[in-house]
Amino acid sequence: MNIQEALFQYVLRLGDDSLILGHRLSEWCGHGPVLEEDIATINISLDLIGQATNLLEYAGKLEGKGRDEDAIAFLRLEHEYKNILLVEQTNGDFGKTMMRQFFFDSYRKLLFDRLVKSPDVQLAAIADKALKETKYHLKHSSEWIIRLGDGTEESHRRIQDSLDALYKYSNELFFTDEVEDTLVENGVIPSLDGLEDEWNTYVQAILKEATLTIPTNNWKQSGGRLGKHTEHLGMLLTELQYMQRAYPNMKW
Amino acid sequence: MVTEKEIWGFLEEVSDPEVPVLSVVDLGVVRTVELKNDTTCKITITPTYTGCPAMKTMEEDIISKLNEKGISDVSVELTLHPSWTTDWLSENGKRKLKEYGIAPPEHEVDKSVLFAAPTVVPCPLCNSTNTKMVSQFGSTACKAHYQCNECLEPFDYFKCLR
Repeated sequence: MNIQEALFQYVLRLGDDSLILGHRLSEWCGHGPVLEEDIATINISLDLIGQATNLLEYAGKLEGKGRDEDAIAFLRLEHEYKNILLVEQTNGDFGKTMMRQFFFDSYRKLLFDRLVKSPDVQLAAIADKALKETKYHLKHSSEWIIRLGDGTEESHRRIQDSLDALYKYSNELFFTDEVEDTLVENGVIPSLDGLEDEWNTYVQAILKEATLTIPTNNWKQSGGRLGKHTEHLGMLLTELQYMQRAYPNMKW
Repeated sequence: MVTEKEIWGFLEEVSDPEVPVLSVVDLGVVRTVELKNDTTCKITITPTYTGCPAMKTMEEDIISKLNEKGISDVSVELTLHPSWTTDWLSENGKRKLKEYGIAPPEHEVDKSVLFAAPTVVPCPLCNSTNTKMVSQFGSTACKAHYQCNECLEPFDYFKCLR
């Protein structure tokens, strides 16, 4: 795989993570448990959609086939989306949304800490911009995990259920194949060694403070990076793509 | 013969669509002005937050303002590097924010410390420091939501981004 192709694929993967999670979070609009949290989830959603815009625009340039960020976001088929399975999982209750967000924010913070050092100027700039916002997201989701886990009997039970349901998707955060390998070998992105250990250290400390138990069942699910998705993505895409499919090339 | 300094002056008349009391210059969004000749100009801007929906409007407002001033060929380029920080808000901008009822950015707290006491933000209306943070996320991406315990007014805080 040549560097240009690998970089396109990599930026597409990051962009799809932001796009799909941003869309998922936007489903909370008007449904938040309290007004402040409704606004908070939508703020975070907006940041993610902004990141997706930057990343997918850059992916389009790298690909060189004249696709802009909208064409990439709205006009692909399900198997062409390369997001991890975690971000396409349904919102569930507020606790499940926060657990999904906590896994993602903690991974993204550590990843962007590395990508700001990339010699690829545009990727480093996007990471630098996103890192500042991600720190706010991570503080928000980490505090909710502790508040809910170490809260009432009911909140503890429900957030533990969310942890049990989502833990199997955490492995895929650290999925690498020839895309990442090519970029690391050629010095386009810094080494990703140690990322998973750092993530585990952070996540375990928060879960411990939240009095939650990490599932002992170590079975993991992955496939999103290669375009093999859970049933939830297709349903999300029908809504995400509706306007462009019903009225091709429409402008807002 | 128009000068770059005059262009900066014209841009002072272009306001942030969401915080109309601030100009795009006060906000620190305009990074460079390159005047090629009397009618051709390139402006570089940088977004505040990545998802800020006001950027497109700012771009259009800059073009129409400069057209109005006789500069017919205006291009606006978006740059992400270096990334925007609230440190770029001008002193004038901070004063205008406060007068408008939005508390300007204060010193930042370490976001990696969970449940830390939030930044003490004086109430822009009565100046009391007896205020509380209601939510880290407010009416737009750049603001947090506070309330004053003295005069009881809710207010927006233009939060630190670094």
